[in-house]
Amino acid sequence: MKLLTGNDLATGDVIWWAGDGWSRHIAEAVDVGPHAETLAAVEEAARRVNGPYAIDATQGPEGPRPAHIKDRIRAAGPTVRADLAIRPADANRGEWVI
Amino acid sequence: MYKYDEYDQAIVDARVEEFRDQVRRRLAGEISEDQFKPLRLMNGLYLQLHAYMLRVAIPYGTLNATQMRMLAHVARKYDKGYGHFTTRQNIQYNWIKLDEAPDILAELATVEMHAIQTSGNCIRNISSDQFAGAAADEVEDPRPWAELLRQWSTFHPEFTYLPRKFKIAVIGAEEDRAAVKLHDIGLQLHRNDAGEVGFRVFVGGGMGRTPMVAPVIRDFLPKADFLSYMEACLRVYNRYGRRDNIYKARIKILVHEIGAAEYARQVEEEWAHVKTLGLDAPAAEFERIAAFFAPPAFETGLSDTIDRSDPDFAVWLDQNVSAHKAPGYAVVTISLKPTGGIPGDATADQIDLMADLAERYSLDELRITHAQNVVLPHVRKADLYAVWQALDASGLAAPNLDLIGDIIACPGLDYCALANARSIPLAQKISQRFAATQHDLGELKLKISGCINACGHHHAGHIGILGVDRKGVENYQLLLGGSAAEDASLGRITGPGFDEDGVVDAIERAVDTYRSLRTEGERFLDTYRRVGMAPFKEAIYG
Repeated sequence: MKLLTGNDLATGDVIWWAGDGWSRHIAEAVDVGPHAETLAAVEEAARRVNGPYAIDATQGPEGPRPAHIKDRIRAAGPTVRADLAIRPADANRGEWVI
Repeated sequence: MYKYDEYDQAIVDARVEEFRDQVRRRLAGEISEDQFKPLRLMNGLYLQLHAYMLRVAIPYGTLNATQMRMLAHVARKYDKGYGHFTTRQNIQYNWIKLDEAPDILAELATVEMHAIQTSGNCIRNISSDQFAGAAADEVEDPRPWAELLRQWSTFHPEFTYLPRKFKIAVIGAEEDRAAVKLHDIGLQLHRNDAGEVGFRVFVGGGMGRTPMVAPVIRDFLPKADFLSYMEACLRVYNRYGRRDNIYKARIKILVHEIGAAEYARQVEEEWAHVKTLGLDAPAAEFERIAAFFAPPAFETGLSDTIDRSDPDFAVWLDQNVSAHKAPGYAVVTISLKPTGGIPGDATADQIDLMADLAERYSLDELRITHAQNVVLPHVRKADLYAVWQALDASGLAAPNLDLIGDIIACPGLDYCALANARSIPLAQKISQRFAATQHDLGELKLKISGCINACGHHHAGHIGILGVDRKGVENYQLLLGGSAAEDASLGRITGPGFDEDGVVDAIERAVDTYRSLRTEGERFLDTYRRVGMAPFKEAIYG
């Protein structure tokens, strides 16, 4: 599957295209199929996202999982600061990233 | 310390307001990201993995308690309660919001701080010896010259769009604590045979993709000719440095390709012209600057005796306290490398505490080191125990300066958009693995970079580690034999890379090899240089 991601223009937060808008939670991301480029152009022009790009991911039981570790770290937060994770209470976060 | 004059303050204040308007226009859609990106980078604002990152300049690594408290304030109010001290003596904040960035810069400007020259293809923040003005081995304080360079280079119209970024370091001692030979220009104040003090000029060093140790292009530059010669060095680079290939654009490539002698000849030729332009600072202006760095009023008649009866204090004293030029004083290095910690990170509370200690015990001065530690440069020996107790209570008394636990590490893939692999978890594992044995190993500088850009100085580590991306999986190359000191050298790759746990095990095998081969007083680096790579490689790969 293909996901569309980028950073919120004003806050810099990592965000994921969730079908009807952007979400900070990758679990809410949806497959954008072949529409990534078009979506990215529209959303960037509307200043709702900065630097959007498409990534490969697989669908797992807990939602999409990016193919590359860099995007998994973007999705979860720094591996060395569990307290700053997107979902701090998620004990399986480390395993999901690595 | 230098104090802004009306011109310094005016240009910094003007830059804040200019950036505020640029941010407003970006958020309003009046300019695109392509237009805005170079503008925000000129103000130290990057977009990293998780958020915007702001890099704040700490010119030549020197600041006072008020400025340090401002760094804590920014961490607390605008970030997530901490900052990361970098290998260029700056500080980075990892969680900045774009619309708050102008307010941060405005607050920094109130204490004579900014983020100018922390990004872009300009002359970057000047770095220096963290012991400047305090070191027992100093010929002359390099900071007035660093400040002169700061003033000369700030918004220099000719050097704002160089082929690539440009880093200058200045030292005034024989011992190189600022890695001058690994800078685009390294400057060392020294005394010639006639007893005059001038500069030894190194040009064309650097790390990154193509590491090089800088050659000397002039062994003695009279101080009166300082700026005109710098101008000539930059002009030759600006004219002939490659702009067609980002990987070949640094001055080290130019110097390497035409040769140090030819580069030096071209500089001399250019200098003959530049010298006639009146660019050198008038003596009165230099003296005005230098007066800010006059030695503080050190107390006299102080005792050099230190009570070593607390064994933990004694360990810290032996490892983290250095000789000061004034009797009764010492230089304290606060390690930001607790066992299992994140190298260079400090919480807002810790930053405040270091500011308080500087104000109370160090004549209101602090320094940031390129090894990501903090220095209290002027502490009375009689106060060392009180300083240690305060540090120890706040997790800042790791007694590991220059030991294997005092690891330089870039933010790596946990934060950096350019990184290929994580650096910090590796640093944490290594510091934990060797926590009990590091004092026996002696000086052993370990440096980790998460990509080829080498922000973690891996080429210059006695042991270096380079993180690479192998088909989406982190992999780590091991290097041995580098040094950033006066005996500068570049590390050599041992062989095939390792996974995260594998590289820690490999380091242990290398360290065990050192232990079995070392002679009395030999550091790891000395043993490596004496016996070569072979026994280490044999032990690492079997």
